[in-house]
Amino acid sequence: MKMLQVGRWITAIGLVLLVGVYVRALSFTPIEQSQGLAQKIFYLHVPAAIWAETAMILVGLASVFYLFTKDPRLDRFAASSAEVGTVFCAIVLTTGPIWGKPIWGTWWTWDARLTFTLFLFLLYVGYLLLRSAIPDPAMRARYAAVLGICGMCEVPFIHLSVYMFPTLHPMPIVLQPGRPKLPGDMLTTWLLSLGVFTLLYVGFVVQRYALSYLREQLEAAGEVGHA
Amino acid sequence: MRSPSLLRHAWAVAAKDLLVEFRSRTAILSAAVFVVLVFVVFNFGRDPTAVSNVDLAPSILWVTFTFAAILALNRAFQLELENQALDGLLLAPIERSSIYLGKLIANLGFVGTIELIGVPLFALFFNVPVLPYLLPLALLIALATVGFVAVGTLFSAMTVRTRFAELLLPVLLLPFMIPPLSWAVLATGRLLAGRPLSEIVGWLNMLAVYDVVFVTLAILLFPATVNE
Amino acid sequence: MLLAEGLRHSFGAVRALDDVSFSVQPGQTLAVFGPNGAGKTTLLKVLAGLVQPQHGRAQVEGGRRAIGWIGHQPQLYGQLTVRENLRFWASLYDVPESEFPRRKDSLLVRLGLQDHEHRRVSELSRGLVQRAAIARALIHDPRVLLLDEPFTGLDRMAAEELRELLSEDAAEGRASVLVTHNVDEGAELATHIAFMRAGRFAHFAPRAGRGPEQVGEDYRNAIA
Repeated sequence: MKMLQVGRWITAIGLVLLVGVYVRALSFTPIEQSQGLAQKIFYLHVPAAIWAETAMILVGLASVFYLFTKDPRLDRFAASSAEVGTVFCAIVLTTGPIWGKPIWGTWWTWDARLTFTLFLFLLYVGYLLLRSAIPDPAMRARYAAVLGICGMCEVPFIHLSVYMFPTLHPMPIVLQPGRPKLPGDMLTTWLLSLGVFTLLYVGFVVQRYALSYLREQLEAAGEVGHA
Repeated sequence: MRSPSLLRHAWAVAAKDLLVEFRSRTAILSAAVFVVLVFVVFNFGRDPTAVSNVDLAPSILWVTFTFAAILALNRAFQLELENQALDGLLLAPIERSSIYLGKLIANLGFVGTIELIGVPLFALFFNVPVLPYLLPLALLIALATVGFVAVGTLFSAMTVRTRFAELLLPVLLLPFMIPPLSWAVLATGRLLAGRPLSEIVGWLNMLAVYDVVFVTLAILLFPATVNE
Repeated sequence: MLLAEGLRHSFGAVRALDDVSFSVQPGQTLAVFGPNGAGKTTLLKVLAGLVQPQHGRAQVEGGRRAIGWIGHQPQLYGQLTVRENLRFWASLYDVPESEFPRRKDSLLVRLGLQDHEHRRVSELSRGLVQRAAIARALIHDPRVLLLDEPFTGLDRMAAEELRELLSEDAAEGRASVLVTHNVDEGAELATHIAFMRAGRFAHFAPRAGRGPEQVGEDYRNAIA
């Protein structure tokens, strides 16, 4: 229970800060020249995407350790990270088109970053579906771990295939070799947003983990059926 | 002594699977019919002035191969479940990897047969010159097929024990098929359009890396799917 | 030859094995009786190496190569003939090519399957399938036999033949562990008797000449 409260606090702080970052992004950060007001979604979009991908890597790593140690905490963490990763993917997949429509004129485009996130989303959905299809906890943890590891290893290959396509997507500005090209204020806002999303990731995962643990306790006591 | 017996047992498992499939023939016939159906429908339903043959043809080809693969994958471990023989396989003094390798070889045999039928038909119906590019095409097809069948064989070992097994397998497999398939389609397109080999070597390399990574991963992870 | 020490294993909240220890020597047949859910199949699976026990250990001399399993699952491929099935399983156990025909023929004759050698398993009657399953279990000449409710679904003749076969094997030095919930079937074959309930052995002793009715009574007393 304590963990759940801690998680809730972290998430709450994260959400408040998120509002703060948006106020800053909307009012106090200069408007970008070529893309205009719509560019501001970038502050939301990219950090979420980064965490969506990182969450999958973490699922994979936790899965590897799970197969060696069989520690159920690792499995719980993997499941939590996967759910949070799915949510972040969904954020990107909805904010992406919102950003895209005014600039590119279409709701969806097969551009590199969006497509990558779509495939990542499919990986997550598969993972969660597999988990939900197995009632036995030990088998579920084992199979999810296998899929999680495969998913983590698939990520670099999805990167490879997606970057083969010609893209409408703005080229990486911040995450490129050498110094980031963003001017001062924008960079600060972006970094703040990344920090906020990190906080949100941690907050959500902690909450989800705690809920998972509580549910398992209930199941063991025979009160809740398999979910 | 370890390696040879691994392969020997894998081959025994594969031969058994192929023999069983040959005897019942249902799956391979369905796949073959599907191939012909898709080719015919596509050609009749197409406006000849709209899109050039060579543009969409590679996608069509690979869609049919993928379907054949899913069909093969669904029945691979289903066979063991039906005959309740999986315990027997696990009881035998063989490496777990032999079971995986055997299934992989059998699945590749199945899909390979469909591909052997499909490519000539493809050349015929789509009027696409395949012979000049036969060797690189064969290599390309082989590499891409190993890629998704390797992952599919591993996943099918898991999904066969779940509800909705036949539905779950394609869903799980989808994000894993996209990279090798997209590379294969692009490379096939370039190849059949007569582009120089140097352009597709990059894709062949990526497919080879993909294969090595995932076959190794599958061999390592397979025991976790069958051990209790 | 076969050793179990302190076996403990749970599936979630259910304790399938609760501190089980025993040994079986060559030529001995241990019959384990118990109601369904007592943990008998789990015990066999642990002995066979199919399940790793959470605590304790089980050891079979010769490893998996020396184990033959006869259960209610025939583990035969319907699309293949009897001979092809035997050939497949023999190859997994590394039975030499030269040895195979001799063993196969002797088993087929012993089990009354000579005429059905080249028929597909899916075409055989239930009784014949059971016999073919026994042939499959014995093709690699296992030193240890694990039997999980082997008489289920057998017709009287086949059951009689199985009993004969098992006692011959015991005479040849095979060790066997037979689990069943039906006392009548296994009592005569056993050299040792165990009653299993909720994962534990409520009784473990040599049969010492007690007949099936007496064993049945002991069982009811122990378990009820």
